[in-house]
Amino acid sequence: MLPSSFEYHRPTTIDEALDLLASLGDDAKVLAGGQSLIPMMKLRFAAPSHLIDINRIDGLDAIEEVGGELHIGALVRHNDLVGSELIRGKYPMIADAAPQIADPLVRNLGTIGGSLTHCDPSGDLGAVMLAANARVVLKSKDSEREVAVTEFLADTFQSSIEPNELLTKIRITSPTGPYGGTYLKLERKVGDYATVAVATRLMISNGSIGAAGIALTSVGLTNIKATAAEDALVGQTPSQELFSEAGRLAAAASNPVSDVRGSEKYKRHMVEVYVRRGLTRSAEMAGAA
Amino acid sequence: MEVTITVNGTAHTLDIEPRLLLVHVIRERLRLTGTHIGCDSTSCGACTVLYDGTPVKSCTMFGVQADGVEITTVEGLLTAAGLDPMQAAFKEHHGLQCGFCTPGMMLVGKTLIERNTDPSDDDVRNAISGNICRCTGYMNIVTAIQAAAATQASDADASAEPANV
Repeated sequence: MLPSSFEYHRPTTIDEALDLLASLGDDAKVLAGGQSLIPMMKLRFAAPSHLIDINRIDGLDAIEEVGGELHIGALVRHNDLVGSELIRGKYPMIADAAPQIADPLVRNLGTIGGSLTHCDPSGDLGAVMLAANARVVLKSKDSEREVAVTEFLADTFQSSIEPNELLTKIRITSPTGPYGGTYLKLERKVGDYATVAVATRLMISNGSIGAAGIALTSVGLTNIKATAAEDALVGQTPSQELFSEAGRLAAAASNPVSDVRGSEKYKRHMVEVYVRRGLTRSAEMAGAA
Repeated sequence: MEVTITVNGTAHTLDIEPRLLLVHVIRERLRLTGTHIGCDSTSCGACTVLYDGTPVKSCTMFGVQADGVEITTVEGLLTAAGLDPMQAAFKEHHGLQCGFCTPGMMLVGKTLIERNTDPSDDDVRNAISGNICRCTGYMNIVTAIQAAAATQASDADASAEPANV
């Protein structure tokens, strides 16, 4: 399948890319890993007149801790997350999710910035970043702003990025004290979209839950942050009853539809099961089980 | 757009339309038809090539993105000395039936055994999980990749032995 014709641009600096975005705006799309954009273009769901390939721009692929925060560059490939010692050692929810995204060849190219900007409700990193309370940094020629992922993932396949902006990095507050996190994904086979997936994260402080993150994949029009379930956990002592209640609240916040992957009822039930299971594992990791 | 792509060690300067996928450039412009088009939707891995040594699906990358890059296709496995150990192992262990997925399987296998010299069944199955085979049931593909790893290890041992003086 051939996409529509387009003009190809390959900037080598962020400034050059921002100049192109400023002049081309809505007619241009940014090409990162291309693992969602190129299939969309082949199906002619997307037909940009200009493609701005950012793959040769240096400095967008770092994974580093800076002043109590984790910074992940927009061009970090899923496989870079899989291989990162920092992620494996300190960010278990991301470490759990990364090897479950698509398949190994797609992970070699697919990027975190592209995945988030694509806003696929079946995207794994959307849920992970919602549960992590991440922020994205959006740069344009004249300004830079930071947007919470809750706001960035605006709608189905629709982020809140402006046509002249480039997502340059993702920022997450580093955990302090005992913590744990998981990403549980139910899929029919490798490379399929999740039937249901759940990201969970717990931080323990003085024996009770200091912070909690829960977000859902493939059970609504966007990735869903289960805020009522999160709120129910904070300040409480970890227990199976509490985690079951969080599971019920998260299932109530989900909005799945019946399809080839399962019925609406089954998916809602699996949200409940996976939230309970993910929180139990997160608490075990934090030494609070 | 003029690009220079090095394929299996030979640099090719080509004038290509940006919307041509890398697999089209390889098959139709360079006439290297060992790289297959299966699903054409990023699922099957029949179009796998190595992009600066990393396996990628060439149906989901534009040819212009390979400007200045070294691409290895299945044709690049063959050496003057004959079959690559990965090819020999697929032949010996009946790692293929129809052969459609085989170029991708062998290239992924090559990159796996470069970083993991003694892969377990799980290691191999995980590595090839982006490549679909509809004939073999995968058993002999796993065996073949492990056999190639063993050949590679024994070749390395042999070359590490001191010269017989």
